[in-house]
Amino acid sequence: MAEYQENQLLDARGLLCPMPIVKAGKVMRGMEDGEVLKIIATDRGSIVDFPAWCEDTGNELLEWHEGDDGLVFFIKKVEEEDW
Amino acid sequence: MLETDRLTQDDVRQIVREEIQRAFKKDPATKKLSMVASKGTLDWAYPPLILATAGAAANMEAAIFFTFYGLNIIHKDFDKKLLVAPTGNPAMPMPVPMPDVLTGMPGMKTMATGMMKSMFKKKGVATIKELLDVAVELEVRLIACQMTMDVFGFEESDFIDGVEFGGAAAFLSDARKSHVTLFI
Repeated sequence: MAEYQENQLLDARGLLCPMPIVKAGKVMRGMEDGEVLKIIATDRGSIVDFPAWCEDTGNELLEWHEGDDGLVFFIKKVEEEDW
Repeated sequence: MLETDRLTQDDVRQIVREEIQRAFKKDPATKKLSMVASKGTLDWAYPPLILATAGAAANMEAAIFFTFYGLNIIHKDFDKKLLVAPTGNPAMPMPVPMPDVLTGMPGMKTMATGMMKSMFKKKGVATIKELLDVAVELEVRLIACQMTMDVFGFEESDFIDGVEFGGAAAFLSDARKSHVTLFI
């Protein structure tokens, strides 16, 4: 279990689908290419939703694990190619 | 780089496969989500709003076409209009088992609606208002069906800000350019 240095932290504890994704999307919009967002969530659906969301957006899921206070995700922002 | 005359059949296959994948990825339809929301109860207001906001958060262009009772969801009085009735819905959890004839008694709709709202709040589910606010903020297109508006006697001013108006052709034109289309 690697810990990454995050540029932004999103506390999504207590939120249920789709709010963790919606909030993560909002924070990501304001971040730069290559920056890392750390998310703490309690919604079990996040385990499946964040990888799927990363695949769709092109962002990179660096790592996730179950921490003491919730599910912890590290996601790196990857700017989408222009097309 | 490979020289053309040294390309094997497998190389060519690989190149073709990659080009097709790239083309699919560039297809704007993969980034579009078009839905019809046709139901006007509290429970059924959730699925279209959840999918649209999740889609918008994944950088999709999401559009919801509200028709028939679905118009309730974007009505200014959505909070009063979106109710849930236990009658005819055996799946709805009730505090005590109840025969259908009792679930139709006066006040049961209000009670069931209140129960659902407080259960959702306790569990941390977003409210319809929160989802609508997020949808507007993320530029989800909210389109009211003009025909059903006229039938039900709704005016444009009856709906929340940002609602557009259109017909079947407008939805279909949007839907044919979307890989994800749903009727809810």
